[in-house]
Amino acid sequence: MIEFVVEGLSNIARYIIPSLLVGIPFYALAVKKIPVYEVFVVGAKDGFTIAVRIIPYLVAILVAVGMFRASGALDLLLEILAPALNFIGFPPENLPLALMRPLSGSGSLGLLTDLINTHGVDSLTAKIGATMYGSSETTFYVLAVYFGSVGVVRSRHAIPAGLFADAVGAISAVYLCKLLLI
Amino acid sequence: MLNYIWFGMMAIAVAAGIINGKIDDVTAAAIDMAEVSVNIAIGLIGIMALWLGIMKIAEESGLIRIIARGLRPITIRLFPDVPEDHPAIGSIVLNMSANMLGLGNAATPLGLKAMEELQELNEQKDTATNSMVMFLAINTSSVQLILPATVVALMGATASDIFITTILATLLSTIAAITAVKVLEKMKRFAPDAPSLGTGSGEADHD
Repeated sequence: MIEFVVEGLSNIARYIIPSLLVGIPFYALAVKKIPVYEVFVVGAKDGFTIAVRIIPYLVAILVAVGMFRASGALDLLLEILAPALNFIGFPPENLPLALMRPLSGSGSLGLLTDLINTHGVDSLTAKIGATMYGSSETTFYVLAVYFGSVGVVRSRHAIPAGLFADAVGAISAVYLCKLLLI
Repeated sequence: MLNYIWFGMMAIAVAAGIINGKIDDVTAAAIDMAEVSVNIAIGLIGIMALWLGIMKIAEESGLIRIIARGLRPITIRLFPDVPEDHPAIGSIVLNMSANMLGLGNAATPLGLKAMEELQELNEQKDTATNSMVMFLAINTSSVQLILPATVVALMGATASDIFITTILATLLSTIAAITAVKVLEKMKRFAPDAPSLGTGSGEADHD
């Protein structure tokens, strides 16, 4: 049953982008008589400026995150957090991924691959890891790109709120998997 | 906030790098990531251009306004300071839909378009508005109806086991995000006019 739903949704997803690429211009051209090619080019022109504008913000955030990852500081953080997490029943094997997820997409994908290879794809550890990976975004990267694109430097409560949501997501992943998959 | 987090990450990295004997890795990572950042930005140009072009057509044809109006009952609660019919709502809704469906490539350009439109309503151009923070928080905690392609590739048929858990976990994290934003935005220390370290001499380009 679930396999069927998953497959169905993925199949629908495959058609969404092509449908939008054709459907939007079709509506504009056929119903509204809009010169779609000319309008497309006007909009597309901004692609370059926006992409270039985010460079300084990306460099700032990604360099700091990269240094943090390379330094092994995450391992120190793990040691500090381990007792508290053990207490609430958070499996230590899943902690590195939970900490890495908001920082780096490729880093957390590497950790997930590692979990699956070490514990096996059917293990609860791997499933918790995959749920964690699927249920969160690289908060720092998104912040740099989104705020950077418009020149916002004072992020106010964005980071605390984002990290709180990430923590809730990671903890939910653990308990939901324990509850539903055993 | 970002000033301290940014500096803190680098300072901790250098300290931990020295303790762990990984200071060379720290240096290499800094140089590498600077280059990676530019590659990421350059790689975005084409896909940005494609979606911004399509979005322009959607906007001119009135499609964005139709979407925005249809979902107004929900969005008014999340983004009370965005006027009805404002194109930002349309872009926000499209970005959220793309995120839920795991269409990351389409989500970023749509999200940046939404940010640009939210920035039009912003009176303090260097400071995030409540709506911007709400948008970002919902975005990063997004409900996921389709598992990431990478997870499916790694897990094969087992991936369907985590379909429900992922939906529920993202639902909870989205609720947490919305609640956190609503609570924190009322706090004095996060107010738009809260004192910070000067106004940033680097007068970020708000063109």
